[in-house]
Amino acid sequence: MPTVSGSGETKNEHQLNKGVWSDNGAPAAAEFSVIGKRVPLKDAYRKVTGEGVYADDMKFPGMLYSRILHAEKAHAKIKRIDTSRAEALPGVRAVVTGNDAANRFGVLPVSQDELSMAREKVIYNGEPVAAVAADTEEIAAEAIWLIDVEYEPLEEFLKPRDSLKDVSPELQIHDKVEKKHPNTNIHKAVDQEFGDVEGAFKTAEAIVSAEFKFDGISHGFTEPHAIVAHWDADDRLQLYTPQQVPHYTHRALAKVLELPMHRIQVIRTMVGGGFGGKSDPFQHEMIASLLSMKTRRPVKLTMDREETFLTGRGRHPTEGKLAMAFDKEGKLTALDSDIIIDGGAYGSFGVVSAYYNGVLSNGPYWMPAFRYHGKRVYSNRIPSGAMRGHGSVNPRYCTETLIDMAAVKLGLDPCEIRLRNFLPSNTLTPYHKFRITSNGIREGLAEAMRRSEWKKKWGKLPYGHGIGVGCAWYISGSALPIHWNKLPQSTVHIKIDMDGGVTVHSLAAEIGQGSDTMLAQCVAEVIGCNLERVHVKSTTTDTAPIDLGSYSSRVTFMAGNAARKAAENIRAQLAAAASRLTGQPAQYFDFAGEQVICRSKPDVRVTFMEALHEAQADIGALIASGSYQAPPLGTTFKGSNAGLSPSYSFSAFICELKVDPETGFVQPLKIWAAHDCGRALNPLAVEGQIEGSVHMGLGQALTEQLRYRGAQLLNGNFLDYKIPTPYDTPEIEAIIVESADPEGPFGAKECGEGALAPIIPAVGNAIYDAVGVRMFEVPMTPDRVLKAIEAKKRAEAKGE
Amino acid sequence: MSKRLLKFIVNGRQAEVAVEPHHTLASVLRNELNLTGTKVGCDMGTCGCCTVHIDGKAKLSCLTLALECQGAQIRTIEALNEYEMHPLQKAFAECGGSQCGYCTPGFIMKSCELLERNPDPTREEIQEALAGNLCRCTGFMKIYDAVEQAAGELRRKETPKPAPAKV
Repeated sequence: MPTVSGSGETKNEHQLNKGVWSDNGAPAAAEFSVIGKRVPLKDAYRKVTGEGVYADDMKFPGMLYSRILHAEKAHAKIKRIDTSRAEALPGVRAVVTGNDAANRFGVLPVSQDELSMAREKVIYNGEPVAAVAADTEEIAAEAIWLIDVEYEPLEEFLKPRDSLKDVSPELQIHDKVEKKHPNTNIHKAVDQEFGDVEGAFKTAEAIVSAEFKFDGISHGFTEPHAIVAHWDADDRLQLYTPQQVPHYTHRALAKVLELPMHRIQVIRTMVGGGFGGKSDPFQHEMIASLLSMKTRRPVKLTMDREETFLTGRGRHPTEGKLAMAFDKEGKLTALDSDIIIDGGAYGSFGVVSAYYNGVLSNGPYWMPAFRYHGKRVYSNRIPSGAMRGHGSVNPRYCTETLIDMAAVKLGLDPCEIRLRNFLPSNTLTPYHKFRITSNGIREGLAEAMRRSEWKKKWGKLPYGHGIGVGCAWYISGSALPIHWNKLPQSTVHIKIDMDGGVTVHSLAAEIGQGSDTMLAQCVAEVIGCNLERVHVKSTTTDTAPIDLGSYSSRVTFMAGNAARKAAENIRAQLAAAASRLTGQPAQYFDFAGEQVICRSKPDVRVTFMEALHEAQADIGALIASGSYQAPPLGTTFKGSNAGLSPSYSFSAFICELKVDPETGFVQPLKIWAAHDCGRALNPLAVEGQIEGSVHMGLGQALTEQLRYRGAQLLNGNFLDYKIPTPYDTPEIEAIIVESADPEGPFGAKECGEGALAPIIPAVGNAIYDAVGVRMFEVPMTPDRVLKAIEAKKRAEAKGE
Repeated sequence: MSKRLLKFIVNGRQAEVAVEPHHTLASVLRNELNLTGTKVGCDMGTCGCCTVHIDGKAKLSCLTLALECQGAQIRTIEALNEYEMHPLQKAFAECGGSQCGYCTPGFIMKSCELLERNPDPTREEIQEALAGNLCRCTGFMKIYDAVEQAAGELRRKETPKPAPAKV
């Protein structure tokens, strides 16, 4: 495992496995028994054998099957819906339309703009309009075509700039829009200016600017959306759903179905990939629930691949004009960015996206002056939302490209100019007061340069062969929760009974990233038991304490800390028991290797089971709870909460590639991906996250784009939506940088999202090194690269 | 259309199912025989999640009509975990070759066919064999590691132990 130590200092007492009351003067290197080991994921054996149960694998007695009728118009009034022919089809048990559920919902309390099914008008081509439950899926599929819908078309808004103009109320996609622009289709506008931006540009040694354009992309998880809803005999709703955030779905169901939350149980099935695409509460979750309540039967709803694409929530199509100013030493002095993101039909996470597209440009470099005008617009396209690296990825491409251009202007090595501008560790950013704790980006970049032999290669490879760099940072969980309340962001419960099994309850969603394993490791490390003893139950809202789920890269930091605290509470009970058994003071006990050992007299020890059974005397099962709430952070201006996090990850990637100047085809050769995750609790999983992020980022860089004809999605399938195959994916060398975060559990911070952003500019900058053209449109498909090469040749021929 | 009787052998067991002529092998395995280890990711032959063995060859069960399999021998991911977990399954778990797990049965069945044909493949040969399978989580590196580890273990298992030297 390639590991580099970062610069972060730590006073992190829970790095130690030395009792709750550890001595002062921590040893130089923390020693762990479970943390830091390459551990297979807890649920991996169920996955490799096919035993794991995903929603579409479920079967219930009397189960009905559902299909959805999607809108065939992008923006139109619904004149009439007639479901009578569908209802008359033998085998059809229920039909629902927008009339069955009037309450709006949405993931953010400020954007409650989704309906279970369209009412009065449809706002994108693919929006659910009606749905059927029938004895078989085939009958349901036949029945939806018997539903007659009459539309009256309205003007469609398909280009983000069209949504900026004033229109009549009838043409506003939603009633509620940005207050500053009340007659438009602008969902959210963010305007921020700090420091002397104008002055910085006036006195700059080098100014670089460009206009960028990004196509929309999709999460492309392999499991299509599928759920089972069951309104059971106790008049409770059981919803089986592959959710990243069961809690938000729980809230939204209660609102839409007008039920108290406790009459709903959300049960997370195995999640066949999420990446942000399964983190909104969804219309299909409402639809299956409505059908089940109507019929009192279990209802399964499995989408096909095209429907899954239409459900959307992928990365926003983005247009941006950005400029950066540098002084003669290559120090960044200002950033001016003006960005429009196409939100599609719904709000989703979009208010956050609108902020993130600006404020997350305040790192990983020191930013003395900053201006951002951002607009998220509604359009009649597939809804955009949160996707891996939410809000940071596209602007990151812009700024990393501009820094590279500045390096050329100033005659500096692209890595050198970055090294001159990195944020230091233990600092606050000047305006937003983002608190940087640990930061290993310098070590990461240095190691990636060393391994890639950067200095031998950059600017020296033959035409068509290039190397490029890209850096990034990302939040380790949003410090401010979406729902403002006093509840902790993560809570973990632990129960140990006389069988010796340690049951960990959490609602952090295992979506393949290894969160169950991470929780088990945190607990096993603290109480010194084997990992096999620990069983994580993280699926059902009836038994699991609330956790805000798997998004914004928050699980390891927040749920991990909650698990650690719960385990420390259990450990105190076990230590007291060991004290009773041995007569030694409780604070003298260490926990490791299934033993509870007296520190000063190592031959005085009891086994884990002996301590457990003593601790259980008179009280039965041991139970404990731990929770995590982010510390108070940030500053006071409106919108200053966006981007706050208790910690930030940092990454530095280098990509070597070849460009065929005849075809514009780009072939990545190798990627060195250094990512500072604080501490790798499970290096196997960390590498998996880095490699997976690189792969997904390469897709956006080179091949992935949602293509439309008018309002109609053209490529809602894996043949035409091109995810990199094994042939397209080069060797990825994951370099783990450990900066030991002072507040992360055992020093850990995020690694699942931040590692995506830097690969796209690393590819773009390598293309420049290879053939001398800058790519301002992403993905960098062969036709675009070829066009750029030919434009450069024409310009050179003219002697420009 | 009326149902026809499909007789075939699935994971070593004789199965008789009445199927519609348009039903795919994937849907019959999952819905009629309850073998839900075989996953359907795209239902149009582009992701490889539904890969099973038909008469020893790795095929996409979402593109195969069930009735084409009359009399055929079918092997699914469930068959690899009988009595003992298959080295490929162990290796995919141990090497981190499975994250969300949805593509994993397909990758394992495809890798299994490769190793039965070629017990000592190079990384390029592994890459070529798996080129039709999509994984959105791993970036493929750990999948290659897993296939290499399993190949090594299978070769060790199959190499006959040398006879004890006579004294």
